[in-house]
Amino acid sequence: MPEKLRTILVCQGTGCISGGAGQLQEALSAELTLQKLNAVAEIKHTGCHGFCQRGPLVVIEPEGIFYTKVTQNDVPDILHSLRPGAPLVERLLYYDTVINQPIKSFHDVPFYYKQQRLVLRNCGVINPENIDDYLDAGGYKALRKALAMKPEEIIKEVKDSGLRGLGGAGFPTGRKWEAASQSPGNVKYIICNGDEGDPGAFQDRSVLEGDPHSVIEGMIIAGYAIGAHHGYAYVRNEYPFAVHRLGVAIEQARQRGYLGKNILGSKFNFDVEIFQGAGAFVCGESTALVLSIEGKRGMPRSLPRPRTTEVGLWGKPTVLNNVKTYANIPLIINNGAAWFASRGTEKSKGTAIFSLTGKVVNSGLIEVVMGTRLREIIFDIGGGIPGGRAFKAVQTGGPSGGCLPAEMLNMPVDFDSLTSAGSMMGSGGMVVMDQDTCMVDIARYFLDFTQRESCGQCIPCRIGTKQMFDILDSIIKGRGKPGDIDLLLELGHSIKESSLCALGQSAPNPVLSTIRYFRDEYEAHIFEGHCPAGVCTHCL
Amino acid sequence: MDANLIETGTKEILSTHGKGHNKLVPILLDIQESFGYLPENSVRQVSDFLNVRIGQVYSVASFYKRFQLTPIGKRRVTVCRGTACHIRGAPQIVTEIENTIHLKEGETSADLEYTLETVACIGCCALAPVITVNKAVYGAMTPRTAKELFNDSSRGDKNA
Repeated sequence: MPEKLRTILVCQGTGCISGGAGQLQEALSAELTLQKLNAVAEIKHTGCHGFCQRGPLVVIEPEGIFYTKVTQNDVPDILHSLRPGAPLVERLLYYDTVINQPIKSFHDVPFYYKQQRLVLRNCGVINPENIDDYLDAGGYKALRKALAMKPEEIIKEVKDSGLRGLGGAGFPTGRKWEAASQSPGNVKYIICNGDEGDPGAFQDRSVLEGDPHSVIEGMIIAGYAIGAHHGYAYVRNEYPFAVHRLGVAIEQARQRGYLGKNILGSKFNFDVEIFQGAGAFVCGESTALVLSIEGKRGMPRSLPRPRTTEVGLWGKPTVLNNVKTYANIPLIINNGAAWFASRGTEKSKGTAIFSLTGKVVNSGLIEVVMGTRLREIIFDIGGGIPGGRAFKAVQTGGPSGGCLPAEMLNMPVDFDSLTSAGSMMGSGGMVVMDQDTCMVDIARYFLDFTQRESCGQCIPCRIGTKQMFDILDSIIKGRGKPGDIDLLLELGHSIKESSLCALGQSAPNPVLSTIRYFRDEYEAHIFEGHCPAGVCTHCL
Repeated sequence: MDANLIETGTKEILSTHGKGHNKLVPILLDIQESFGYLPENSVRQVSDFLNVRIGQVYSVASFYKRFQLTPIGKRRVTVCRGTACHIRGAPQIVTEIENTIHLKEGETSADLEYTLETVACIGCCALAPVITVNKAVYGAMTPRTAKELFNDSSRGDKNA
């Protein structure tokens, strides 16, 4: 057995790249040759390993030695540590302040060991630009298995798994596929929604950057299940690395016969092309996204609108799912519906992926089983609030979601619990706020976003969100009036009920949830001219 | 920018695309990337090429935030105002940069040196607050480091 061997994994997610991971990897390669260690170790770049805040990250396998905040200056020491008997580079290890000890392997770092990484199984582990890495990790096995099944068997498997769409709304994936497969017509489409426009969310980007083949494999299986031969991967133009790596993956999949004509000898044809979004939050809405691919303004269709599964792209039946939803499909086909359904809560199966950010010690990309409590996510994985400050709220679901207070920390995280608490799963942003965050300012912040992003087609959304924004703006500037809170509630409820699409229907959530849980902060601004968090400079 | 350069550049871009209506956004993205904005003559060429009314091209161009109809500066400074950046102080960073390079959000300097804009989220939330200068990303900014970045103009060129 050859002595090689250590693999030095250098995270090349967007976070680590902006910290200099590209130059770091070049320096590692040069030094490896210089120290004549090429026979001992190989260097591999990976997608996002998750712990973005501590980046650039370097992992040395097979031990899982975990070096954080690595710079080019650390390169000689890291390579020296590979020699027999040489010590680890202790200064780069993660230091656990609870046990007051450095931790050697990332498996033992609290940020990781409380997670269950299923969708993210390959992120940070394989080289996303090398299809052989994906194949070695069991890639495209599910496709092979699926092509030997009948389409209706696949749909049944996905239905039985209980998988729900991970783009935000949580519609059952199997039912969506079934509807599209039963819609008449020979031409159908598959669309992957990677138009991750929520501020504070980056998990779709990370999956596309770290494991693009899993998404492609899911799309091909979906195509086979509903009888579609063409797929579009809609990715934000703001995500250049995701676009690049997905493009490389599609090309490699074509060369190996996983995409194109007569896939793996099955007579099934399917291909995927990338469509770059040009920056419009409302294009996350399915009918708007479809129009945008058709070369039009991305404005949701008016009501009553047929389902996209009946009349979608170019008027044809279309299945549109989120990036993470497709990445789950190979897992379900390989392991079976029962395996998948054994994870999670009664109505939310599998895992949820969050971008954990804000006022939290450990920021990054995390994956937990549905039903994990907010407290475990924020305090065990996230390490709590930095600087000894007090937790105030956690915002989930971006501009469509809400802010939940400390009393809700024991709530299990799943689609239905979040919705009943006045927030939502949304695309999976989770922003932690401490005592220094003003909840009225946050509400104003989100309304500023939604009223900028409103497509302007329907009046409740276009004018209503602007009115709400103006009221919030006057409150934080110390010009709030008695009655403003009631007016916000009234506006919020009518916008929710009468807007044309999910953007408007959910836009009031940040305001309604902050009034529900933090009404005293609104009152302090309005009646005392005082901002309890000390954020609003006109109310100090 | 030289009118001939724009015409030949646009022609080159068009030659790499097919003629379907679904090519409109991809073509405009390429033009935006090449010239930093959508020159009027390019828009005319696109309209002819795709046989789409010029008003239709502008209707699409004005809808998506990526597209600009006027030239932008050599250094495109983008401040992220995503949620994580917001609560970690992005508004103060915008103000500091506005005062340092003497531009308001959305403006381009007369000498086309700088454009200052904000963006909803660039997805580097763990590094908040974040700004980008062209393609270079700067994380964990404070008003002071932001000011230093633009006072020391050579740094603003990283990977530019």
